[in-house]
Amino acid sequence: MIRFILLQNRQGKTRLAKYYVPLEESEKHKVEYEVHRLVVNRDPKFTNFVEFRTHKVIYRRYAGLFFSLCVDITDNELAYLECIHLFVEILDHFFSNVCELDLVFNFHKVYLILDEFILAGELQETSKRAIIERMGELEKLE
Amino acid sequence: MALSGMRGLSVFISDIRNCQNKEQERLRVDKELGNIRTRFKNEKGLTPYEKKKYVWKMLYIHMLGYDVDFGHMEAVSLISAPKYPEKQVGYIVTSCLLNENHDFLRLAINTVRNDIIGRNETFQCLALTMVGNIGGREFAESLAPDVQKLLISSSCRPLVRKKAALCLLRLYRKNPDVVNVDGWADRMAQLMDERDLGVLTSSMSLLVALVSNNHEAYWSCLPKCVKVLERLARNQDVPQEYTYYGIPSPWLQVKTMRALQYFPTIEDPNTRRSLFEVLQRILMGTDVVKNVNKNNASHAVLFEALALVMHLDAEKEMMSQCVALLGKFIAVREPNIRYLGLENMTRMLMVTDVQDIIKRHQAQIITSLKDPDISIRRRALDLLYGMCDVSNAKDIVEELLQYLSTAEFAMREELSLKAAILAEKFAPDLSWYVDVILQLIDKAGDFVSDDIWFRVVQFVTNNEDLQPYAASKAREYLDKPAIHETMVKVSAYILGEFGHLLARRPGCGPKELFGIIHEKLPSISTSSIPILLSTYAKILMHTQPPDPELQSQIWTIFNKYGSCIDVEIQQRAVEYLTLSSKGAALMDILAEMPKFPERQSALIKKAEDTEIDTAEQSAIKLRAQQQAQTSNALVVTDQPTSNGIPPANQLGLVKMPSISSTVDHDSAGQELSLENGTSSKVDSQPPADLLSDLLGPLAIEGPPSSSVQSQPNTNSVLEGAAVEATAIVPAGEQANSVQPIGNIAERFHALCLKDSGVLYEDPYIQIGIKAEWRAHHGRLVLFLGNKNTSSLASVQAIILPPSHLKTELSLVPETIPPRAQVQCPLEVINLHPSRDVAVLDFSYKFGNDMANVKLRLPAVLNKFLQPLSVSAEEFFPQWRSLSGPPLKLQEVVRGVKPLPLLEMANLFNSYRLTISPGLDPNPNNLVASTTFYSESTRAMLCLIRIETDPADRTQLRMTVASGDPTLSFELKEFIKELLVSLPPATRAPTQASPMPPVAQPVSVPTVESNDPGAMLAALL
Repeated sequence: MIRFILLQNRQGKTRLAKYYVPLEESEKHKVEYEVHRLVVNRDPKFTNFVEFRTHKVIYRRYAGLFFSLCVDITDNELAYLECIHLFVEILDHFFSNVCELDLVFNFHKVYLILDEFILAGELQETSKRAIIERMGELEKLE
Repeated sequence: MALSGMRGLSVFISDIRNCQNKEQERLRVDKELGNIRTRFKNEKGLTPYEKKKYVWKMLYIHMLGYDVDFGHMEAVSLISAPKYPEKQVGYIVTSCLLNENHDFLRLAINTVRNDIIGRNETFQCLALTMVGNIGGREFAESLAPDVQKLLISSSCRPLVRKKAALCLLRLYRKNPDVVNVDGWADRMAQLMDERDLGVLTSSMSLLVALVSNNHEAYWSCLPKCVKVLERLARNQDVPQEYTYYGIPSPWLQVKTMRALQYFPTIEDPNTRRSLFEVLQRILMGTDVVKNVNKNNASHAVLFEALALVMHLDAEKEMMSQCVALLGKFIAVREPNIRYLGLENMTRMLMVTDVQDIIKRHQAQIITSLKDPDISIRRRALDLLYGMCDVSNAKDIVEELLQYLSTAEFAMREELSLKAAILAEKFAPDLSWYVDVILQLIDKAGDFVSDDIWFRVVQFVTNNEDLQPYAASKAREYLDKPAIHETMVKVSAYILGEFGHLLARRPGCGPKELFGIIHEKLPSISTSSIPILLSTYAKILMHTQPPDPELQSQIWTIFNKYGSCIDVEIQQRAVEYLTLSSKGAALMDILAEMPKFPERQSALIKKAEDTEIDTAEQSAIKLRAQQQAQTSNALVVTDQPTSNGIPPANQLGLVKMPSISSTVDHDSAGQELSLENGTSSKVDSQPPADLLSDLLGPLAIEGPPSSSVQSQPNTNSVLEGAAVEATAIVPAGEQANSVQPIGNIAERFHALCLKDSGVLYEDPYIQIGIKAEWRAHHGRLVLFLGNKNTSSLASVQAIILPPSHLKTELSLVPETIPPRAQVQCPLEVINLHPSRDVAVLDFSYKFGNDMANVKLRLPAVLNKFLQPLSVSAEEFFPQWRSLSGPPLKLQEVVRGVKPLPLLEMANLFNSYRLTISPGLDPNPNNLVASTTFYSESTRAMLCLIRIETDPADRTQLRMTVASGDPTLSFELKEFIKELLVSLPPATRAPTQASPMPPVAQPVSVPTVESNDPGAMLAALL
C-alpha cells in the first residue's frame, strides 16, 4: 500500500503531499525533508528504489520534479514505478504539456486528479481516458 | 499556463513565488494567515466563495511547510455545504489537513454518512474518497455496511463502486471485524466477474487484504482470480484504454497474482493447470524491450509471476526456470532489474531449497556488494546473509569484514550485526568466531552493539579450549596504539578471567597485563571503569604468590576509586579492596566466572525482531516462517552425520544444565554479600539478559568445590546422553520439567478414532485437536489453551511430518496470553499410502519451567479412508480382477488378540473398513471394503477378507487387495497391527514405523509415555 505521495522540486519545495497513513504535522515535515534529501542526490544511473525507515521509496524524476511514493517493502516496485509514470501522463494530458508552474497554480486540481487515481493508498483507476473524462464532468459542476 | 480560476488564490501564489528569500515568504505567509484568521473570526460576512478561497490558501500554506493550527473547523464545516464547489473543497482540504486521530473529524461522521447514503452521486464520491483516505475506526464501525451496499449495488455507476471498494478496504484495515465473512465471500467472488476494470482493480486490492487475513473464507475467489489472469495475460481481453504500452493492465495482473499468493495451494487440477499455463507464458514471453515504461511494466508482471511460482512450489522445471531468470537478472547492468533480481533471490531462499544453485552466483553477488548504489548494496547484503551456510561462511564473512571498512555509516550497524550473527551461526571453529568478532570491534567499534561483545564473552567463558586463544588475541589487540573502548572492555574482561593462562608467554605476566590495561583507563568512559576494576581484582587473585609491588599499585587504585562519585565504581573498589586484603582467601572468593546458561543468541533474536510494517502481512513471510520451522528441525536431525561440524546454533553453549547453575551462583553471591554487609542490593532473580551478567558485580563464588567442579562432569554426561539417545531430538531435552496429565498414548489412540479431543495436557497447557477429513485432505485445528494466569512464552510448534504427508501449520504465536486459547490450523495432505505418523514437536516456557514434548498426531492411515459398503455383484468381479501379489497380498497372522467375530467386525467398522455381512458364504469369515485417498493413488478401492479359525482364535488368514501395491502392503500391515497385540520391541525389523494404533488403549508403560524422548525413539 502507498503510505504517502510526494511531489517535490529539486530545492525541496513540496508541490503535492498526500498521506494515506495518519502522521502528525511535525512528522510530515520531517518525512518531506528526509525524502527530499534521500532522492535528490542520487545518481540517475542508480535504482529508482531506496529504503526509507521501515519502508521503501519509489521515485522518479521528471525535469526538476521528483515524484516519490512510499510503499511497503513487500510491494511490487516496478508496478509502482510505472504508476508514477501513468500519473505523469495523466497530468500531462490534463494540462496539455504539464510543467511545474501548472502544478503550482493548480495544486487543487492535482489533488482532485490524484483522488480519482489513487484511493486508500491503492490504485483506483488505470484508464487515462476514464480519469480525464471524470475531470471534465467535475469541472462542469464548478 | 492554466490559472486556478480563483483570482485571490492565484495572486497569493504569485506573491509567494515573487518572494526573494525565505524571510519575505514567511512575512507574506504570516500576513495571509492573520488575514484568514480575522476573516474566519467574523464568519457572518464570509461568502461561501471566500470561505472556499481561504481554505485553499490554508492548504497551500500548509504545503509550503508552515504550521496551520487553526481553520480546521472551517474546512470541516464546508463538508456540510449544500453546493458542490464548497463541499468539494471541504472534503479535499479536510483529508489533507486532518488525520484519523483528529477529534474534529468525528463531528463530520453524520454528514459524511448522509452523503454516502444520499442520492447525489458526486457527493457519494466525495464522501467515499475522504473516508477511504483518512477514515478511522469510528468511521469503520458506523459506515461499513453502507459502503458494502454501494459496492455491490447494481444501480450505482462503476465510478461510485470502485471508490466504495477501496473505501471498504480502508475500513477493513482499520477494523477487520466490520466485514462479516458470512455471505461476503460470495459477493467478493461475484465481484471478480466484474467487467469494468476500474471496479475490478479496486476490488482486487480489497480481496488481497481479505485473503491475507483469512484465505479459507474466500476460497471461492481463487478460480475467479485465475480467470481474471487468463482474461488479461492470455486472452488480452481488455478495452484499449486499459492497456499500458500494449500490456493489458499490468497493475491488475500484479494484484491478482498477489491475491493468489495468499492461498496455500491450488487443489483443483484444472485451475492449477490454467494458472501454470498463464505463468509459463509470462515467464517465457517477457522480453527486454527498448521502451523503458513498457519494459518496467512487463517486468513488474514478470517479477510477480516469479513470486507466485515460488509460492506454489511449482514443478522442478519451472522453478529452475525462475532461478535461471533471477541469475540472469542479477548480472544485468540495468540497476532496477538487478536490484529486483537480488531481492527476489533472497525471497526465493526463504521459500525453497535452492541454496546450492544460488551459491553458484556468489561471486556476482559480491560484486553487487561493491556497487555504488546503496540500494543495491543493501540487497546484496541481505542475499549474502540469507545464502550463508557452513560451506561459504568464511568467504562471506570475510567479504563483509572487508566491506565494513569502506561502508558508509548508514550500513555499518546492520553490517556488523549480520557479520556477527553469521560468524556465530556458521563458525567452522570457535577461534575463527573470536577472530571475526574482535575484527568487527576493531574496525567498527562504534557500530558494534553490546550484545555482540557480550556474546563473544559468553562463548569464551563456556569453552575452555578457547580461553587461551581468546586471551592471547585480546592481548595482541591491546598493543595497538588506539583501540576502541569496546575493545578495551572485551580485552580487559577476557584477560581478567583468562589472562593467567598466558602467564608464561613473554609480555603476559600479571604485571605486564595490568600495566597495558591500566594504560587505557584514562581514555575510557565511567561506565567501563567497573569492568577494569574487576579485571584488576582478578589479576591480583591470579598472582600467586602475591607480588607486593603489583598489590600496592592496585590497592592504590582501589583506594582512589573508593571515594568515587559513581556508586558502581565506588562499591566495587571498596569491596575489592576489602576482599583482596583477606589474603589467600581471595582465591576462593574470586573464582572464575561460572559458565553461562544457554540462551538464544540475543543477536539472532534482535535480527528476528526487526519488524516490518506492511498493510498486509507478507505472504512470503507467513510461508517462510512455517518452512523455517520445519527445515530447522531437519537440520538438527542431520547433525550427527555432518562430520563433526559444530551444530549451527549451539556452539557448545547448549549442554549446560541451565537453571540450576544460575541459581547456584546467585544464591552464593547473596549469601556472601549478606555476610559482608556491604552490598546494598543483590538481584536474586536469574539475570534476564547478558547485560546484567557482564555489567553486574564480579561473580563471587563460594568455595569452588561444589558447583564449579561438578560442572565438567555434568557436562560430559549430558553431552554423551544427548548424542546417543536421540538422533532427532535437539539438545535441550533435559530442561523438561513439566509432567503431563493423563496418558499421552491413550489420548493419541482415542484420537485415532475420534475427530476431536484432547491431545495433551499438563499443569500449564492443554492442547486440543479438532479435525475434518475430506478425501486425501485433512484440516486440523490445534487449540492451545493456557490454563494459567500468566503467559506462556517461547511457544514453538513444529511438525515433523513423515514423507507421505505434506503438512502446513499456520503461524503459532510466541506467547499465549493468560487464560487464552489460540487456534492454529494445520493442513495435511496425504501423498501416498503409509503407516508412518506425523509428530508435533511442541515446547514452551512457563517461568523457569521448560516443557518440550513430542506428540504423535492422529493423522493416521484410517483417517484417509472412506467407509464403503459393496454388494456381492460389485465385490467379486473386483476381487477376481486383482489377482495375486503385489496387488493382492495374503498372510497368515498369528498371535492375534482373541476377539469374538462380532467384536472384530465392530473394530473394523470403527476404522472405516466397512464389513459387508453375509457376503462371504463362510460365517467364520469377514469381508470388508473401503476407499483410500491419497494424492498418488487418488480414490482407490480396497477389499479385505479375513478367514478365522473358530478352533484357534489367535490366528487368522488375511487377504488385502487394492489397485496399488504399496497401498495393499501398508493396509495389510496396518490391519495386522490392529489385530495383533505385540509389544513394540518385538515387532518385525522391517518396520521403521509407529506404534500400532490400537482400538483399546494399549498397555504402554507409563514411564515411556511420560518420556517424549523415549517415545520418539520408539517411533523411529
